[in-house]
Amino acid sequence: MKELATDTWILAGRHMKHIARVPEKLIGVTIAPVVMVLIFGYLFGSAMSVPGGNYREYIMAGIFTQVMFSAVGTSAAGVADDLKNGLVDRFRSLPMSRYAVLLGRTVSDMAMTALSCLVMAVVGLLIGWKAHHGVVKTAAGFGLLLLLGFTMCWIGALIGLVVRSPEAVNTISSLMVLPFALLSNSFVPLDGLPRWMQIIGEWNPISSVVSACRDLWGNPSTVVSDALPAQHPLAAGCLILCCLLIVVAPMAARAYHRAAAR
Amino acid sequence: MDVAIEAEGLSKRYGDNEVLKGVDLTVPAGSVLGLLGPNGAGKTTTVRILATLLPPDGGRATVAGHDIVKAPLDVRRRIGLAGQYAAVDERLTGRENLVLIGRLYRLGRANAKRRAEELLERFDLTGAADRETKTYSGGMRRRLDLAASLLADPGVLFLDEPTTGLDLTSRMTLWSMVREQVDAGVTVLLTTQYLEEADQLADRVAVIDKGMLIADGTPDELKRKVGGERLEVSLADPATVPEVTGLLERVAVGEPVVGDQGRSVSVPVGSGIDSIADAATALRGKGIEVTDFAMRRPSMDDVFLALTGRSSAGESDEDEGRTAA
Ligand SMILES: Nc1ncnc2c1ncn2[C@@H]1O[C@H](COP(=O)(O)OP(=O)(O)OP(=O)(O)O)[C@@H](O)[C@H]1O
Ligand SMILES: [Mg+2]
Repeated sequence: MKELATDTWILAGRHMKHIARVPEKLIGVTIAPVVMVLIFGYLFGSAMSVPGGNYREYIMAGIFTQVMFSAVGTSAAGVADDLKNGLVDRFRSLPMSRYAVLLGRTVSDMAMTALSCLVMAVVGLLIGWKAHHGVVKTAAGFGLLLLLGFTMCWIGALIGLVVRSPEAVNTISSLMVLPFALLSNSFVPLDGLPRWMQIIGEWNPISSVVSACRDLWGNPSTVVSDALPAQHPLAAGCLILCCLLIVVAPMAARAYHRAAAR
Repeated sequence: MDVAIEAEGLSKRYGDNEVLKGVDLTVPAGSVLGLLGPNGAGKTTTVRILATLLPPDGGRATVAGHDIVKAPLDVRRRIGLAGQYAAVDERLTGRENLVLIGRLYRLGRANAKRRAEELLERFDLTGAADRETKTYSGGMRRRLDLAASLLADPGVLFLDEPTTGLDLTSRMTLWSMVREQVDAGVTVLLTTQYLEEADQLADRVAVIDKGMLIADGTPDELKRKVGGERLEVSLADPATVPEVTGLLERVAVGEPVVGDQGRSVSVPVGSGIDSIADAATALRGKGIEVTDFAMRRPSMDDVFLALTGRSSAGESDEDEGRTAA
């Protein structure tokens, strides 16, 4: 266990060096989210309104979750790269746990999403977003976001291991991500959608995370649905994400074993 | 006699493709085995199985005293592997690469740094140590990869085609580095497509083809089978072939072979300058027009011709046929 933690730490350090060396990656985790905040905040913020409050406050939780979601692509690309250039072979010839390589990847990518959160929060505060319910609830909201980010990193790792080609990985992960991202209450309330889309949207963990964050931060929320996850977004979000993690992480570990043993 | 690598009946298949069909290997501790074979013979597959990267479908093997299937971690603690394609992290510097691998070998940070420094020095990479490895040449990557495989002072070293794609100088540098390891008591299994490389480094050579071992012995034994060096004479006029064959037979130690669509004759010759001089004199005496006159070391192809009666890759469409003397 201690060895797993050490190896994970060492490998996460390796990824941090990558980030520092590749400016595009740093832009991806800092500037891009800020641009999202500004575009949605100003462009749409001035054109739209939501019942009970201002659209900028409403939209922030949605933007946070979108950025967490994009971690899928980052992790997938990282894993596929390592497979391609033979580093996975090197790692596998070393006496270390097979979870370490994947944990090193997902933990460091999650740390990057935390950095994105921080930057976005600062910009959000500047354009008028605010969390109204004190430190604990604010932190709980971010904790849930990080859990989402971590789960997405594992899903990304799985995609990277199955798809293998760094070129194809990007397209495939954005294709997977897009429907989930859009079929949620991130940017617009779900009420206007056809019934079947509403149901998907209600059970989409993204929606739960978004609603939970809005509740925890005291931002305007538009939930009118009486679906179970919509009524208890925090519990639903935690539960769905943990279930996903429990399923996906061992799948990724097995895919790692199989992908490397070829 | 201590045995460092022992494999019995290793087999592996991918779908319908039987890649290894029961490979047996025994490598005494402290010795070098050269695994010689053409493309697709199963060299990499054998190495990956022995290095615990790939589970075998059948057979068993122990490396450094531990079963590769039952105790892979024990095996990994004792081996070093330099794969066919150098596995380096392009974004890290040479030094960072080595320190990273050293720490993952659990050498501890300080120890890993010290070892990295030593190996950079030894592999002549100190000057480039702080450059990102994406700027390295192929030879530098190979050296770095080999250095990484030596970080934890492994007792058994697997080198998969360590010199393919290197120029002669880098190749010789690498050879001397491997010899240093052997002098220090390390057991080495190296794969190669070059008979010469096996001759230079290996105590014993196993020849693998289509997933089966087809010969096994010392390099000298193998060369004796293949026939050592050959004199090859290319002719301007194919009509002179029978006459030249007769002339060369007198200096040859084996049967002449006509090749190159009936334009060249080659014969195995003994070492020393005499046979070459005799052949040249005889050819000049008859006024035969020669376009090329060269000594050739036996190649992989010659080994396969000698061992299997066919050319190695099966893609050579030279209609080489043996002429009866
Ligand atoms: N992952 C894989 N899936 C399917 N077939 C494979 C796989 N890996 C290897 N093979 C097949 O196994 C055979 C042996 O491959 P191997 O890489 O061991 O050959 P090799 O002797 O190392 O050749 P080379 O000199 O080209 O490196 C080849 O026919 C190859 O196509
Ligand atoms: Mg190979």
